[in-house]
Amino acid sequence: MIAQVRIRYRPGVLDPEARAIARALASLGYRDVRSVARAKIIELELATSDRAEAERQVREMCDRLLANPVIETYEVSLGD
Amino acid sequence: MNGEVRITPELVAEHGLTAEEYARILEILGREPNLVELGIFAVMWSEHCSYKSSKTHLAKFPTTAPWVICGPGENAGVVDIGDGLAAVFKMESHNHPSFIEPYQGAATGVGGILRDVFTMGARPVALLDALRFGDPAHPRTRWLVSGVVAGIGGYGNCVGVPTVGGETTFHRAYDGNILVNVMCVGIAPADRVFYARAAGVGNPVVYVGAKTGRDGIHGATMASAEFDERSEEKRPTVQVGDPFTEKLLIEACLELMASDCVVAIQDMGAAGLTSSSCEMAARGGTGIELDLDAVPLREEGMTAYEIMLSESQERMLLVLREGREDQARRIFAKWDLDFAVIGKVTGSGRLVARHGGRTVVDVPVAAVSGASPVYDRPFELPAPAAPYDPDERVDRIAADEALLRLLGSPDLASRRWIYEQYDYMVMADTVQRPGGDAAVVRIHGSNRGLALTTDCTPRYCAADPRTGGCQAVAESYRNLTAVGARPLAITNCLNFGNPERPAIMGQLVAAIEGMSEACRALDYPVVSGNVSLYNETMGRAILPTPQVGGLGLVEDLDRMVGIAWSEEGLRLLLVGDTVGWLGCSLFLRELFGLEAGAPPPVDLAAERRHADFVRGCIAAGLVRACHDLSDGGLAVAVAEMCLASGGGARIHLPPRVGLRNAWLFGEDQARYLLAVAPHTVGELARRAAAAGVPMVEIGDTGGDALILGDARPISLAVLRRAHEAWFPRYMEG
Amino acid sequence: MRAAVVTFPGSNCDRDLAVAMEAVFGRPVLRVWHADSELPPVDVVGIPGGFSYGDYLRPGAIAARSPILRAVIRAAERGVAVLGICNGFQILTEAGLLPGALIRNVGLAFVCREVELEVATTASPFTCAYPARARIRLPVAHHDGNYVADVETLDRLEAEDRIAFRYLDNPNGSARGIAGVLNARRNVLGMMPHPERACDPKLGGTDGIPLFRSLLSALVA
Repeated sequence: MIAQVRIRYRPGVLDPEARAIARALASLGYRDVRSVARAKIIELELATSDRAEAERQVREMCDRLLANPVIETYEVSLGD
Repeated sequence: MNGEVRITPELVAEHGLTAEEYARILEILGREPNLVELGIFAVMWSEHCSYKSSKTHLAKFPTTAPWVICGPGENAGVVDIGDGLAAVFKMESHNHPSFIEPYQGAATGVGGILRDVFTMGARPVALLDALRFGDPAHPRTRWLVSGVVAGIGGYGNCVGVPTVGGETTFHRAYDGNILVNVMCVGIAPADRVFYARAAGVGNPVVYVGAKTGRDGIHGATMASAEFDERSEEKRPTVQVGDPFTEKLLIEACLELMASDCVVAIQDMGAAGLTSSSCEMAARGGTGIELDLDAVPLREEGMTAYEIMLSESQERMLLVLREGREDQARRIFAKWDLDFAVIGKVTGSGRLVARHGGRTVVDVPVAAVSGASPVYDRPFELPAPAAPYDPDERVDRIAADEALLRLLGSPDLASRRWIYEQYDYMVMADTVQRPGGDAAVVRIHGSNRGLALTTDCTPRYCAADPRTGGCQAVAESYRNLTAVGARPLAITNCLNFGNPERPAIMGQLVAAIEGMSEACRALDYPVVSGNVSLYNETMGRAILPTPQVGGLGLVEDLDRMVGIAWSEEGLRLLLVGDTVGWLGCSLFLRELFGLEAGAPPPVDLAAERRHADFVRGCIAAGLVRACHDLSDGGLAVAVAEMCLASGGGARIHLPPRVGLRNAWLFGEDQARYLLAVAPHTVGELARRAAAAGVPMVEIGDTGGDALILGDARPISLAVLRRAHEAWFPRYMEG
Repeated sequence: MRAAVVTFPGSNCDRDLAVAMEAVFGRPVLRVWHADSELPPVDVVGIPGGFSYGDYLRPGAIAARSPILRAVIRAAERGVAVLGICNGFQILTEAGLLPGALIRNVGLAFVCREVELEVATTASPFTCAYPARARIRLPVAHHDGNYVADVETLDRLEAEDRIAFRYLDNPNGSARGIAGVLNARRNVLGMMPHPERACDPKLGGTDGIPLFRSLLSALVA
């Protein structure tokens, strides 16, 4: 089973890279961009086909390593 | 696919081989090559690997001296630095890849040159980068600068080798072909330098490092092909660097080399497994048998062609002593790196590779590696440029205004924006940081140091390549001298356009001759180097750029000097003759828009005499600060010293100076500016007179402004603003 | 004074830190490998700078989960002094020994320069040999030195006098100019500047020496 983890900064953490992207877009004339946020996606291929078990495993991985709860939040989505 | 693909003239041409070269391959093999073999000949006979256009002229370089342990022909040059140690160093270009993908191109350039150095058993201790970009106004330049600098930093900072120096200039001639020349210096025990000579029939051939993927297939032939508008499409051949793996590879290889397991070792650089195996066998006079099924692969279904020609980074090929495989394997396992026995040394003189139970390569190594075609290409030596004869118009601009504009110009503005992105202090031995004449890194655990510099003045080379080549070597010699070092040897990177054009070939020949003459006169041999040709786009070539990387030895760091003084009331002494040579000067180019005249002549006897004098005075403790005079002449040199010192100075123009600005901004060679204590001026004058060295007192240090004769004083704050503003403002766009 | 320095794959200031400690402490520093699960008996452990595990995932994230870090955490709980410099600071925040996190510099680029700092507290075994409110110069060299924490955490750090160093010319956008922080027990310090690069006049400064002298006087007494 494929699991996808989407990790992004918590609201309130000012991401310098997102801010630079916003500035660059503005300088290209995209005035309608209100805000920019970045996220990273980690794809995992798991041996299990049990969705509940997969979700439990992936959440544990996020809590233990993949995300830093001080600055990041994550969402898990499972494929087929 | 091997053996099934028909070798057509089109396929031969696509591999960058001429019909004559292909005929020679048929003769060598006595049969048609298969596709893998064709690929092998193509990369090994490419300009990049074979030096086929430059070989006959490169032989003119002096390459020996009593302190030279190993000259050109190995992975890097080796010189004796005393105390049982050797310095191992080389410079290499990564021009084309950096133009296509600046971050990865520059990063992998750093990775490659690091491997050339640690492959010889040396721990890398310093990196320098000589960069040439196009016109700052060109739409691509800012993106290239930003990517190249980030790439160099991204790689060097992570592997933990300080980037301590280099140079960066801009000229529209590089709009379509930037230059990224990286120099690496390492230190090894002098009696434990490793060479790439496969010896001992039956010894295992071992692959270590990262896995092989489909990166950079045919990068070596790309580096030898002239750019056209389709180069953008070549993007997939650029390799991606992994400095983390490189760091592990450095530690693992040095740990392995401290044992006695290793017979030979070579980086899998350009042309990957092909060149490393061919060159090791050819140098050792042996053969190599490879089992391509044993090569660690990153992707599935890779063909023999791809495995042999992949340029995946961070890989090395080793020959071990028979029976030491397990000991070596344990070291690489500790560092979490791949380790695979993929073949053995044979006595056949042939490179034989098997894949999927079939022999896919069977070629004689001597012919592939040594008998590449050599071209004595026709050349036209350039006509000497007419000297520029300045008149009173050059004095119409006030000296203070001229200085401020020069200091704020792209080629002289502070490089802080660049070097602050490099960790120049890691390893805690950097005793002269970027911004002076030469960087100095302490030889770890001693009170001695290596002085390092990169030099070339392409605008001089364009006007007169012979003088320009000579000047590049002389300036390098001066920069090392100016910190108190004894210059030992150089590496170089010869960057030119298409050698099939006689005018370009003439530049190359003239530059080599000028460099050789200077190296000989200064006892400053060439111990390693690299040639990068075809740096042109749609028929427009770069300025000839014979880049020099110099290495010198500081015997006593307590006697080393920099460009900063720390006291007021010091006297400023100008060593060398000043006629006020403005031809090819930055003053003419930046203030009058003139790229005119001949470059300043180089008097090698004077260079040597003046350098010996300055070095002697520094060693005797008579000098508080010293600066070589180069771009922008005396005024720029004194301004740079003021900025480094955080203090002002006053310069007195000599009576009957003639053209004031020619005296202040002329780029006459063989000159130094010394700051000395007043009570030592007499002693210095006696020494100068005895050595036949012209020296005049021209001013003193103090205050918080720079005063050039009767020009308006320039406060240090104004000077600093002019010097620091350009780069960050430019990069912000 | 017994000291150890940990080496992770990708550490590159481990030797520099050991050299500086040996010069001040006057005895050899033990070197510990990341895969070791036990620390030798020591008074201070140095977590050096560099790019452990290539800075992949997040700087310090993977090193913080290595076997040796579990031993370091246990040692810290026993009161052993732990000094994390640069990547070492990142590792200690990732390991939860120190609050907050270090993200990309506000200027986005790697920054290597000497910065001016204020020693914000002398009430720690790492700073007791500095004069109160001393202004010192130390080099920084990092890409991710921008200290972030929520407002409550920042307020608590200030209230508890746990900010060890503050930038006077903030090079990376760190919240409240924070360059180094202590844990509540004050035996763990993480800092982005490199004191080990400022222990030798030939390298351009000696303002790092009092940090190691502090340890010597606080831990040997």
